[in-house]
Amino acid sequence: MSQADRSCDSADCGNRASVHLTQVVDNQASTQYLCKTCAEAKGVGPLLAPEKAVVDLVSHVVDGAGRQEGGACDFCGQTTVDFKESGRMGCPECYTSFETLSRRLLRRIHGSSEHVGKVYVPPDPEGFVSGRQMADLGRRLERAIEAEDFERAAVLRDQIRGLDAARSR
Amino acid sequence: MTDPEAVGGLGLRWLEADGPDADIVLSTRVRLARNLQGHRFASRTDMDERRRICDGVARLVDSSSLPGGARLLAMEGLEAHSRRILLERRLVSHDLVGRVDGAEPAAGAALLAWPDAPVSAMVNEEDHLRLQCLVSGLSAVDAWSLVDRLDVGLGSELPLAFHHDFGYLTSCPTNAGTGLRASALVHLPALVLTKEIGRVLEGLDRLGLTHRGVEGEGSRFTGNFFQLSNQTTLGRSEEDLIEHFGRTVDSVVEKEREARQVLLNAGPRMEDLIWRAYGLLRHARLLDYRDLSELLSGVRLGVSLGVLKAPAIGSLNRMMVFAQAAHLDEAAGRALSAEERRCHRAEYVRAALRDPGEASTSDAAL
Repeated sequence: MSQADRSCDSADCGNRASVHLTQVVDNQASTQYLCKTCAEAKGVGPLLAPEKAVVDLVSHVVDGAGRQEGGACDFCGQTTVDFKESGRMGCPECYTSFETLSRRLLRRIHGSSEHVGKVYVPPDPEGFVSGRQMADLGRRLERAIEAEDFERAAVLRDQIRGLDAARSR
Repeated sequence: MTDPEAVGGLGLRWLEADGPDADIVLSTRVRLARNLQGHRFASRTDMDERRRICDGVARLVDSSSLPGGARLLAMEGLEAHSRRILLERRLVSHDLVGRVDGAEPAAGAALLAWPDAPVSAMVNEEDHLRLQCLVSGLSAVDAWSLVDRLDVGLGSELPLAFHHDFGYLTSCPTNAGTGLRASALVHLPALVLTKEIGRVLEGLDRLGLTHRGVEGEGSRFTGNFFQLSNQTTLGRSEEDLIEHFGRTVDSVVEKEREARQVLLNAGPRMEDLIWRAYGLLRHARLLDYRDLSELLSGVRLGVSLGVLKAPAIGSLNRMMVFAQAAHLDEAAGRALSAEERRCHRAEYVRAALRDPGEASTSDAAL
């Protein structure tokens, strides 16, 4: 909820508080309301912390990937250097342009790089679902069966059926 | 002050407190991050591209694929005051309305909303579309079902960015896959009083849930209100994520109820806290919002335990929303000074506690 009219808790500071710092020490929660300047002076950057964590992680993974995927995304022109600085992809195509890097990064963040949720059926499935995508799904299904991961295999089979049905409509 | 046609009763459905465990879980939100195929993400879009994205959504407002009565509010076309109202109702983010005070919102930033439904979508935020459903109580399954319907409707008209391995593609890789973030706003005073809160929050972290302040990412908590949400979005199905989230939050609710009983049986300390909070709210002449949050925490606890017979939980929810700065300005019909606002806030709360119907009467102006 808004704290628009709350003043900074620091002594002699009348600025409007925009950072709420809560610390849990020995199971005791205490909250301080600080303006941005006082928060930074105390070495606290809660508004930036989650962003920074992502940027740091991206930077680490990009550096670890070496020169495997240099260059720029064909669609938006984003480079791995841009990616390191912002922690953001430039466009959907970046995930394909930097596929190895994306896969590695997603594994680090989510513990997985394979989507098992709902499969999107676009307005124009024929144009959207390429033969290569179907072949990829088929290959993953085979791998799942080989690994006797039947739960995963069932999900992949449903995905293939869903896409097949969408294409034939 | 606000154009009532523009903002009206948007985003207020959860206040009714008619969901499961609504005394402890104020609201549940399920959010889906979606992007349009063939467009750059927000960090690389220019003004023209953002406008084209928004125009694409505007063309769907009367489409049969979406529920009827949709309204698209362009942030550029709204007064700063109206944008703050939407912010206080948690319908838009700071990023959508402009994070710095006085900054104008970016071109193409908009809110797609329905006056009669708890679903909405931010357009041109970090992702092209941020769909959300905000409901009362611990109702993750219901919220997911409603937002999924909106997702299917939008996705049947607008080609979304989707990768066969990575799922829905998002500007930040932390949202890729399902793009699903479920969050619950929970009130945990007894876990704080019994000093169990640190252990519980650490346990949640191990179970894949993170905690934040009421205002979401980057904010912190006040008045014993915490926002819990899932950390990862890829590698599990939407149903699995929702089920795990609901089960985990439910276990926190149980722990909070157990802690309340322990405190209630341990002497008059908790009853004293409840009655002191009630007394202060009933008689204070000046109130900061932070003070209000902390005192409402005590009163909410009292109502939940039956120590206080009134007001209803729904009235307490309304106070949390309508005693915020922009809502007080709205009720006064002008921009109040900080001191005036503290005074109006105290007056509003006294009236609401004197007559539980008052909280809804005062905000009827909206």
